[in-house]
Amino acid sequence: MKEGFRQAMAWLHTWTGLIFGWLLFAIFMTGTMSYFKEEISHWTQPEVPNRALDPAASLDLAQRYLQEHAPTAGSWFIELPNAREPALSVSWPKAGGGRRDFTSKTLDPATGAELQARETRGGNFFYRFHFQLEMPHPWGRWLSTFAAFIMLLGLVTGIITHKKIFKEFFTFRPGKGQRSWLDGHNAIGVLVLPFHLMISYSSLVIFMAMVMPASIIASYGDNTRGFFNDLFGGQSQVQAAGTAAPLLPLPQLYAKVQEQAPGANLAWVEVQNPGDQNARVRFARHAGDRIAHQRGGGWLFDGVNGTLEGGSQIEATPVLISGGMYGLHMGIFAGPWLRWLYFFFGLAGTAVIGTGLVMWLGKRQLKHAKSGTQPFELRLVEVLNIASMSGLLIGVAAFFWANRLLPIGLEGRADWETNCFFLLWALSLVHAMLRRGRRAWAEQLGFGALMWAGLPLLNGLTTGQGLNHSLAVGDWAMAGFDLTALASGLFLAWAASKMWRAPVVAAKRAPKAAPGKLIESEVN
Amino acid sequence: MKSKAAGLPISYRLAVTSRSLAAVFGGYLLAAMASVCITLLLPVPRAEAVISGMMLSFLFYLVAFLWCFACRSAWQAWLGVLVPSLVLAMISGLAYWMKNP
Repeated sequence: MKEGFRQAMAWLHTWTGLIFGWLLFAIFMTGTMSYFKEEISHWTQPEVPNRALDPAASLDLAQRYLQEHAPTAGSWFIELPNAREPALSVSWPKAGGGRRDFTSKTLDPATGAELQARETRGGNFFYRFHFQLEMPHPWGRWLSTFAAFIMLLGLVTGIITHKKIFKEFFTFRPGKGQRSWLDGHNAIGVLVLPFHLMISYSSLVIFMAMVMPASIIASYGDNTRGFFNDLFGGQSQVQAAGTAAPLLPLPQLYAKVQEQAPGANLAWVEVQNPGDQNARVRFARHAGDRIAHQRGGGWLFDGVNGTLEGGSQIEATPVLISGGMYGLHMGIFAGPWLRWLYFFFGLAGTAVIGTGLVMWLGKRQLKHAKSGTQPFELRLVEVLNIASMSGLLIGVAAFFWANRLLPIGLEGRADWETNCFFLLWALSLVHAMLRRGRRAWAEQLGFGALMWAGLPLLNGLTTGQGLNHSLAVGDWAMAGFDLTALASGLFLAWAASKMWRAPVVAAKRAPKAAPGKLIESEVN
Repeated sequence: MKSKAAGLPISYRLAVTSRSLAAVFGGYLLAAMASVCITLLLPVPRAEAVISGMMLSFLFYLVAFLWCFACRSAWQAWLGVLVPSLVLAMISGLAYWMKNP
């Protein structure tokens, strides 16, 4: 920090990277998985069948179901099935419950029959963990947003530190211990740099109203509601008139939406005051129809006479930029190929963080290689590295094992799944404390490999929807999950086998290697 | 900055702590003041100005953070975030007063 600008930036890169690396690894890992949130949810609820999509028919079935089971509810909420998520779900506020207290049911989109799907949080768990970290509101969001800022800082300081960014991009020296890690860290970091910059900056934009509210307060004073109303159009709740009137069939209103915007995909439909003179029906467009995210968009109808009462939307440049950032981050618009690209970019981000953590430690361990003992702080970092990386992978696999093995009717089943995730993660921390570094890596990676590679088998045995079935009927979400789990298992097995072997003693080579010195001066 | 962590003098550690505080809190203050200033000065509708201010504020935070660790001393780090914050606050105050006399 006392030396030149670049050294100061390298110092900042090293230490912010170390302190936030473990957290960022988990955030990136679960965020990457969230690009396949719907597919994961589908895997975790194998009871929900894949049907041909017919939104009008699904709406009709949902309306019949709600008419029968919740005729007096103040509002209905219908989530339509789509190409990635086959479930049709309906929900309504519980009588006498709080504002967020809902009864929800999953229906078969072809018959309208109630489905008894296992209770699970599915892909939603990893999605929520990615930005809330299972912490009480709003602390998890604050912490993950700050971590995103540190990621952005790490990228910028990394670019400043890394002076020969393009020359060294083509430099990769495998099998050279510490130097291979640095080359890998640099190559992946630079290759996916635009994605990394976008993903970390956009996460700040997503939560900007929460983390940077000063300008809202300066401009709107106490009336923060006014700001959101200006942006998204006020979504005022219409009071019930108290006189009964039949609700129009929803497929009829759906046809009107299709007249307005042919081919529009819908995400959900909300009915306010069903069965009342003042019924209102809101159709929300699926976010995948456009890149820029748009809140409060859609169509609002009078539910009794069917007139359109649409709301206006600002489409000014700043709104489009911030909505675009949001949309790019979530990637809901992405088709299968782009979605896989997102997934691999996310994995690359995870790898950059992981290699950075490994390097920090490796570099410092070299100095203690001869004495054979390492100081407490290095041992601490080693344990945390192991638990935060291989331990997390074991925890995630444990979640899916629990999903298949816990009894269907278990009280609080969804919570037990997440408990298994945290329990195995915590156990891996204990294991890392008890075993020596390299051995701990090897054992955990090996165990992780078994768990991941075993998932397709477990799925086939417990649900009868294993790869032989899913590939045959073309259930790509199910097959894709199983194949990805298998590939992850193989990758972990490869990593474990590397760790089982005797370590490459880079310490012996270090004095000889003159070019290594140059790089060493860049990052410490 | 080799890993001689145990041998570092206490004054050095205090200076690093001070810089970190300046970066996290001072930097945030600077970013917030910048976002307010941009919001009040941009000649676009209110909601859009707010969004622009919020989006740009993170760049100020970033630069403030870099400054706090790039400058020569911890005192400079604090001065470098507090003085611009004060200036931005005064400009914002003026702009606010002209809008709401």
